[in-house]
Amino acid sequence: MSAEAKSEVIKEPSMLKQKEMIANNYDKLTSAHELGIKTASTFVPGNLNELIMCFDMANNLPEINAIQNGMRKKSGGMIMDAERSGHSEDVCTYVKADIGMMSKGNIAPNGKPMPAPDVLLLSYTGCFTFMKWFELLREEYKCPTTMLHVPYEADGKITPNMRDYVVKQLKEEVIPTLEQASGVKFDIDRLREYLRNSAKAEDDLVWVLESAKNKPSPVDCYFGGVYYIGPIFTAFRGTEDAIEYYQLLRKEVEERIAAGKGPITPEGEMKEEKYRLVVEGPPNWTSFRDFWKMFYDEGAVVVSSSYTKVGGVYDYDGFRHDPDNPLESLADYCLGCYTNRNLPTRVDMLARYIEEYEADGLLINSIKSCNSFSAGQLMMMREVEERTGKPAAFIETDLVDPRYFSAANVKNRLESYFQMVDQKRKGGGSAAAA
Amino acid sequence: MAKTVQEITDRCQVLFDDIDFTESRKWKEAEPGRKVIGYMPVYVPREIIHAAGMLPLGILGGGADMEVIHGDAYYQSYICRIPRSTIELAVTKRLDFVDGMLFPSICDVIRNLSGIWQMMFKDKYVRYFDVPQNFKDGIGGTFYANEMREFREGLERLSGRKITDEAINNSIAVFNENRRMVNEVYDFRSETPWKAPSWEVYLLMRAGMVLPVEEHTQMMQDYLDAAKAEDRPLRDNCRIVLNGSFCEQPPLNMVKSIEMAGCYVVDDDFMLVNRWLLEDVPTSGDPIANLATAFIHHSEDTAAKYEPDGEKKGRWLVQKVKDRRAEGVIFAAPSFCDPALLDRPMLAGRLKEAGVPYISFKYAENSGQMQPIREQAGTFADSIKLWSEAS
Ligand code: SF4
Ligand code: SF4
Repeated sequence: MSAEAKSEVIKEPSMLKQKEMIANNYDKLTSAHELGIKTASTFVPGNLNELIMCFDMANNLPEINAIQNGMRKKSGGMIMDAERSGHSEDVCTYVKADIGMMSKGNIAPNGKPMPAPDVLLLSYTGCFTFMKWFELLREEYKCPTTMLHVPYEADGKITPNMRDYVVKQLKEEVIPTLEQASGVKFDIDRLREYLRNSAKAEDDLVWVLESAKNKPSPVDCYFGGVYYIGPIFTAFRGTEDAIEYYQLLRKEVEERIAAGKGPITPEGEMKEEKYRLVVEGPPNWTSFRDFWKMFYDEGAVVVSSSYTKVGGVYDYDGFRHDPDNPLESLADYCLGCYTNRNLPTRVDMLARYIEEYEADGLLINSIKSCNSFSAGQLMMMREVEERTGKPAAFIETDLVDPRYFSAANVKNRLESYFQMVDQKRKGGGSAAAA
Repeated sequence: MAKTVQEITDRCQVLFDDIDFTESRKWKEAEPGRKVIGYMPVYVPREIIHAAGMLPLGILGGGADMEVIHGDAYYQSYICRIPRSTIELAVTKRLDFVDGMLFPSICDVIRNLSGIWQMMFKDKYVRYFDVPQNFKDGIGGTFYANEMREFREGLERLSGRKITDEAINNSIAVFNENRRMVNEVYDFRSETPWKAPSWEVYLLMRAGMVLPVEEHTQMMQDYLDAAKAEDRPLRDNCRIVLNGSFCEQPPLNMVKSIEMAGCYVVDDDFMLVNRWLLEDVPTSGDPIANLATAFIHHSEDTAAKYEPDGEKKGRWLVQKVKDRRAEGVIFAAPSFCDPALLDRPMLAGRLKEAGVPYISFKYAENSGQMQPIREQAGTFADSIKLWSEAS
């Protein structure tokens, strides 16, 4: 996800591969006009990458741009610019980072300006903000905008009405708009082919995520996890590149398991695994490295996280993209993204992770400006504690607004949490770190 | 004997202050088997609840005076106040008589509150009420009609009784009537704002959240009769449209303060459920299909709705300003309210293009300090007056 954050990491082949994929994609995006390629902007949850590929379009994901800017410590200024131009201090900082980036010339990480999108594919999945975000961008770009409204899985299941609604929108709204914007006719067999590729990569991704059940865990499924989900959540799901990336990754993890090794961190291999955690909520990006360090310095590894399910849930109920039912499968994919699941399902998922990965407890990183994740997390925390009997802790940061990351507070909270886990192991202590 | 404005307003005030919902409880107790269905902003088809013989009860948080003790344990400081005070109402058993709760798809906070309800009140009927963001009959319309059918079946299971098409059609007629009267009150206020102060109209509309609809319609008729007859002094106020207060409600004091500062509120978006449908719904044929068509083609615009046409985005507000001969807009939104605050720059942009002045501020349902708001609204009113005198 970020080329920079990996610079000190020992470069494994999968990392090099991902770095190259990302660089190529940015080059493709920033030279789209010269190459005659059309671009679509869309979101990570409900990302219809295979469909976009059917129209030979390049996929630009503004959340990823915001993350990149966050990790490069550029988002703070962008957010302030957006606030100065009338955007509220209370709303999602991804939106403001994106709008601020626009006002600074929309420069991609390769130093070249991003082209204006030819189409905004508003996949309205799991987060209300998306709808307003693209309405705001539409004001600026004045380009065709197509909305895919994905209903909320409020009762923990997909009903035929929900699926039909999404499929109908794909057929009658999204596909015709993409055809028009790209000048390419839709070919469902091409879509099937890409979906077949997706499913292969998804199998390997799930294998990697589930490898954290080993002790020690060979992977970190939060900080490390954001790299593992990179290709599948962004512009590569459905590509041969993604298949290859996950094969490489899987092989490396197999070797780590065989050698009894722990996860790789920015400072090399994590030695002793002292704590196994499940984490709910997105990470903070502006201090990503410092945040991660607070974990590996203490021997804490994240064995599972909900953030690595935000662009698609592949483990919990075994969803795979299905070439035999292409549009229905895209619908089910969107409907099933993590933040589109109701709170009882989210609780169940986290509690099951704690049990299945034999974790010591739950840590919630609550994001100030993200209601989709954050509203209800205190209740979720108590429910998970009750179900698992494992202690939970609650920290508060933000995504890309550096003003809301207090390293000292987070560190204190983590340290007392680890102490609590120790106590719990010794048979005492209560579960209330919030 | 005809009721006076004072009498009607006093009764509304009592209803407004009563966070135990005594009136609704009484309604329920009056006959065995009666059920009450709570709903949150911004819209649910109350006609279906009414047709089931149940009382739709609008829940708009705990208001300015309720102390929130438990609710803060459920919500971080950076989330608006309405979910925490709504939880407080429930935890303190003030909603124990409510048999089901509806959480409309307005934002992620209300959406996630539906999940909290599912976990906390397992024996209650809980429904996240999804409405379409696609406005084509065959797509969004069909989806919505099916959602309403599911809802209808849910209520049938709850009551053990079928809800007939005829019953829904009758209820549609009752709500058509209610909406006509709501619109009459709004029109009356816009025509003669000195005769219908905003806080009175506000309380009158709030009464519609807790009273049976028939009673509310009569109450509005009585109010109009009384208010028209009453002589009240015209003040040198400017005319403004208030926008952004469609969910968490401002303290009543804020509504009063704005008017006292020199602004007649000639339109607002409090309790949009009362005016959501812009035309009468047909009272014969398939009622579900008719309600769906009304939603798709003739419903209010608000931040929680998607505007498919970029050109049209926000134009409705400019139109409203024109229709109401307003001189400015006050954006008043709850702190941390995603829909209102994300939408605001776009609406403000349209106003700017149209040369309509506006100001913005934020509030919480329990905001105490009205001085800054009074000052801001006062300065705004003065500047509008100066501007209109100069032009
Ligand atoms: S999910 Fe959260 S972080 Fe992502 S766009 Fe929505 S509000 Fe922002
Ligand atoms: S006040 Fe705004 S953010 Fe809060 S619940 Fe209502 S619509 Fe959602």
